[in-house]
Amino acid sequence: MTDIKSNLQKILDAGHFSVTSEIGPPMSANADFVRHLAKDIVVMVDAANVTDCQAAVVRMSSVAASLLALQEGVEPILQMTCRDRNRIAIQSDLLGASALGIKNLLILSGDHQSVGNHPQSKNVFDVDSIQLLKAMNDHMEHGVFISGSKSKMPAQFFLGATTNPFADPEEIQLIRLEKKINAGAKFVQTQAIYNIDRFNEWMEKVRKRGLHERAYMLAGIVVNKSQKSIEITATVPGMDIPDILIERMRNAEDKQAEGLAIALELISEIRKVEGISGLHIMAIGWDEIVPVILDKAGFLPRPVI
Amino acid sequence: MIVAEQKDFNDILRSVEAFQRVAVAGCGVCVTVCMSGGEKEAVGIANLLRLAAKESGRDAVYSVATPFRQCDMEFLDEHEAELEDADCILSMACGAGVQFMTEKFPDKVVVPGLNTMFIGVNRELGYWTEMCQGCGNCVLEKTGGICPVARCSKSHFNGPCGGSGDGKCEIDKEIECGWQLIYERMKRINQLDKLTELEDVRDWSTSRDGGPRTLRREDVQL
Ligand code: SF4
Ligand code: SF4
Repeated sequence: MTDIKSNLQKILDAGHFSVTSEIGPPMSANADFVRHLAKDIVVMVDAANVTDCQAAVVRMSSVAASLLALQEGVEPILQMTCRDRNRIAIQSDLLGASALGIKNLLILSGDHQSVGNHPQSKNVFDVDSIQLLKAMNDHMEHGVFISGSKSKMPAQFFLGATTNPFADPEEIQLIRLEKKINAGAKFVQTQAIYNIDRFNEWMEKVRKRGLHERAYMLAGIVVNKSQKSIEITATVPGMDIPDILIERMRNAEDKQAEGLAIALELISEIRKVEGISGLHIMAIGWDEIVPVILDKAGFLPRPVI
Repeated sequence: MIVAEQKDFNDILRSVEAFQRVAVAGCGVCVTVCMSGGEKEAVGIANLLRLAAKESGRDAVYSVATPFRQCDMEFLDEHEAELEDADCILSMACGAGVQFMTEKFPDKVVVPGLNTMFIGVNRELGYWTEMCQGCGNCVLEKTGGICPVARCSKSHFNGPCGGSGDGKCEIDKEIECGWQLIYERMKRINQLDKLTELEDVRDWSTSRDGGPRTLRREDVQL
């Protein structure tokens, strides 16, 4: 039998602090674009999210781009949203992804299509992200599809979910996190963290509920290249960036150096937070900075298991 | 009620200008209440059409008839004589009314004067909001009387997405997040614990996804 555990899962199970980043597929059929992104981070990260038409913009499919990443030696974390596919399409794509050797799956709702480049499209949301987590968990454990019919060889994934410590209403976001873990999420990536105080308060509640012991909590970080980048990030729904950080970017002469410095400070704070098992770096439009950050933060070389 | 808005007048004009005898048919119920297709609006449209015909030198007759409900054959029958004369009927009812008018007069051209929008309520003068999508399997007892299907932009059943902020939905700062409302309401009626239960995958076959729906009740059939 082939090794069904993903590298990410092995790293986390072995008690290492994991490091992941992102590969954003292009708005084209250019395979080399994905290959280049993958080459830049190979052996630098334990795995990389491959986004699914992020921000509701049409891009190369996350399954196809995941395979390209895999071929370059980067372990993909396949993102699957509930926005564009009904349960037939989702289950079909996931069988295919598993058959191709993709071992991590991150399930999310997906941004509403009205924020993307095809706002005229139909919105699907046949299942929501929690329902899909449970369905995939049942599929993996009992070999059943949502309909109840059986599969002789079910898909297998290390199942992940997302959470936003800064979205409203906080109390129900915590309830939702717990539901996601109850539904079968084994790792959880957080929304980008800028507000450490608020994040600490949130994590205290997470620890109180014992959630960090039931799923690996991976903290999200966005690295901003410019003042415009941090300002745009600040407008993303459910994002909380303290004014002082925006101010720092505004006053900095070397914006890139400041963006990097802020990210490194946040990383060192996040590493101190009890219950955090790994880091997830999102370098939107500044992919080449990822190896630099990992090096400066002392994450390299990555453990080989 | 069914909420509808009038089509752009130029679109209405284009769809009826080829006809010489046009009957503008209002409807006495929902669209009267939401002020888009009642008797008053039908008279208004007929006047505008007369004016446009006069300006372009066309010789056309525009009459008005307003059945109590266009979605009921009985009331269409009552107005048969008035409508019989027309060679085109501009129906100012919801989509159901327009189609029943088409069935009533299978040899005439029937065109819509409204865009039918949603099942909703009138919140303030001139402002209506969607409340229900007729999903065929109501869950309001589980969600504090606020509909997750119609009032959450993603029809989530297990709580808000990460895009909820300051009580508003990620799609638009003007749109209230349905799940913020559900949360507040459940808290108020001491049912927050209900939201911790996982709401399983839904059967959408009771909604439009299952194909055109019908309802047959033997208890009320003759
Ligand atoms: S749950 Fe279904 S029937 Fe009930 S209000 Fe919502 S859409 Fe309408
Ligand atoms: S912000 Fe609220 S209403 Fe909008 S999609 Fe998310 S949960 Fe639904």
